[in-house]
Amino acid sequence: MSQPQPDPGTRRTAWREGLDRLKASATTEPGRLRIIGAVLAALLVAFGAVTAWQVTDRTTASDAVVDHSQPLSADAADIYRSLADADTAAAGGFLAGGQEPRAVRERYEKDIALASELLVKAAANTEGSHGAARQIALLNAQLPVYTGLVESARANNRQGLPLGGAYLRHAGDRMRDDLLPAARALYEAETGRLGSDYDDAESWPWVALATGVLALGALGWAQRRDYHRTNRVFNHGLLAATAACAVVLLWLVTGHALARSGLTTSYEHGAKSLRVLNEARIASLQARGDESLTLVARGAVLTPEGGDAYESSYRSGMGRLVGADAKDTPASGAPAPDSLLGRARALADGDGGREPLVKAIEDVRQWQQRHREARAADDGGYYERALPKVIGEKDSTGESFDRVDRELGQALAHEQGEFRSAADDGRGALTGLAAGAAVLAVLGAAAAVLGIGRRLSEYR
Amino acid sequence: MSGRTGGRWAAVAAAACAMAAALAALPPAAPRDAGGRAPAAASVRQVAVRAPAKCADPEASLRPSIADGPAVQRIKSRGRLIAGVDQNSYRWGYRDPATRELSGFDIDLVRAVAKAVLGDPDKVTFLAIPTNQRIPALEKGKVDIIARTMTINCDRIKQVAFSTAYFEAGQQVLAPKGSPVTAFDDSLKGKKVCTAKGSTGESELRAESHGATVLTVPNQLDCLVRLQLGQVDAVITDSALAAGQAAQDPSVRLVGKPFTTESYGVAMNLGDQDLVRRVNAVLEDYRRGGAESPWMVAYRKWLAADLKGITAPPEPKYKD
Repeated sequence: MSQPQPDPGTRRTAWREGLDRLKASATTEPGRLRIIGAVLAALLVAFGAVTAWQVTDRTTASDAVVDHSQPLSADAADIYRSLADADTAAAGGFLAGGQEPRAVRERYEKDIALASELLVKAAANTEGSHGAARQIALLNAQLPVYTGLVESARANNRQGLPLGGAYLRHAGDRMRDDLLPAARALYEAETGRLGSDYDDAESWPWVALATGVLALGALGWAQRRDYHRTNRVFNHGLLAATAACAVVLLWLVTGHALARSGLTTSYEHGAKSLRVLNEARIASLQARGDESLTLVARGAVLTPEGGDAYESSYRSGMGRLVGADAKDTPASGAPAPDSLLGRARALADGDGGREPLVKAIEDVRQWQQRHREARAADDGGYYERALPKVIGEKDSTGESFDRVDRELGQALAHEQGEFRSAADDGRGALTGLAAGAAVLAVLGAAAAVLGIGRRLSEYR
Repeated sequence: MSGRTGGRWAAVAAAACAMAAALAALPPAAPRDAGGRAPAAASVRQVAVRAPAKCADPEASLRPSIADGPAVQRIKSRGRLIAGVDQNSYRWGYRDPATRELSGFDIDLVRAVAKAVLGDPDKVTFLAIPTNQRIPALEKGKVDIIARTMTINCDRIKQVAFSTAYFEAGQQVLAPKGSPVTAFDDSLKGKKVCTAKGSTGESELRAESHGATVLTVPNQLDCLVRLQLGQVDAVITDSALAAGQAAQDPSVRLVGKPFTTESYGVAMNLGDQDLVRRVNAVLEDYRRGGAESPWMVAYRKWLAADLKGITAPPEPKYKD
């Protein structure tokens, strides 16, 4: 069954005919009014649609910040921290030898379990993110290698063999050279995603704003034209449409500005502090691990300059945390402004944020003091006196470290709260805006059409 | 390594200069086996430049004496002997993780010196001195003596004074039981070999690798970890330290003969001549008594299980 091909000539004629009619109608006032009405309605509907679309985009992005990328970034920080913590606990337990305290062993096991659990969670949430996926694969492959080495270290140590120490150092190297850099890269990747979600949520909805201004301008122009033609000051329909348009525009500007400021606050006071605090916590964990390994390695690994490699690593960790010691006199008091704790304190706001940091700084100073005493004892040949100063329950560097870790944990919890409340404030500012803009724009378009219709009826 | 006594010393003395200079472990490659391998020409030149003809017999020490001089007086008035030791060499000087006590062949020797000088083997402060800090620690007076598997050689005798040799060791290969690696020879071809960074083993392998690929690690014990993890096929280290490794893993053993010869001595400050004589007197007593001498007792206690066949301590040599 064959149908006749549509004649292109006919179609062109129909199109041409429509244009001709439009041209013809544009020469008459009712015709012009119809066109104006249609354009105004179209502009208003477009404004509503673009606003709804762009605001939804931003709401999605800020939801992603709060519900997705920030928690993932926090999880990655927890993976990073629990790995460093496991390494520290392994070294501490090793030093205690056969009398490894139960709590230390449990801490190690909890850290490894948490890291594994969070890795599974992160793997399920890194769709499309190649960098993160690669790091997760690497961490999944290396974690069992690491725990195997730690168990070999424990088994040899329990038999009194110095080989255990060599295994522990090898495990520590795997942690430092493979696992922690991967965990850090994962943290960077997740934090990078947080940053891009922030940017998406904070970018101004320029298209919507431009359409709104254009619609408002067109409405103004139509009313001015109407006034000149009829000497009537008000056209109720056009006035209502203008009001609707202005309300949506104002709502959009203030709503977005509020959301933006909430998110900026959540970044400045939350995400940024969280980042510095996480770094500080890792630095303190590594310094603690190095301190224990100094006693485990007993001078077996040296720096090219001939110093103990672990003691030197401890010092650089402490340098990152509170600033390097001066040449001969150990640093004391306030941390260096560019050190991690110095920056964290500058970023902290309110007593809730500052208090744990002030305490943590004091405890780091006490830790350093006790560390110097322990080193002096060990270097003087009194290993027996040095050991309790490091792993003892009272007046030990371990006690100071535990306090620092707890206080940094408190500061992190506080900043997490700050982040959440500021981000929620920001998200709240956009509530109902998309739907409201759509409804108001449709109402405005209807009002504009009605207003023009009223003028048209005068020509019948 | 096994039971070499006086007869061996003649051969050693003949080549002592070349040998001992090479033992310094400072030049990257230097052969030192007097009897075995023909030294490479380049290395011989190097040795000739580095060690003047004066150093014919670095193992020769000062005659024993129990007369108190300033150094012995210093130790007596302090009431404690300060000894630099290793804490990581199983069977030589190591801290038992369970008892937290230092023990080993070197530690027993230090206690014998403390007992002789101060009347109490426990009046010792043990300082853990890393390998590269042994000479600075003596020069700065941080320690009175160093007993830390320290090889006597021509370079070192310019910086510190040594007692008579108290042990004779040499580089040797350690491999798993049943491994095709049988000695420091072509059985290493295509194998991966581990040795400590900066060690004599490393320079030996650089001079002649026998077709093996070399992995260097910070500490000799790290090699046993790599061997157990299957990352390397054999370990090259000092026979004394290799014995300590074999003692920690029943599935590995020393193979072949030591392919270098090195003598361990107790090191002291160059100026502490009275202390050197005193320590040599202690060593004389330590060696005396045949199979029941303190030396043989310590050997049987710490080393015999893995370093078999030694029947007597090395003979002392004196230069005055």
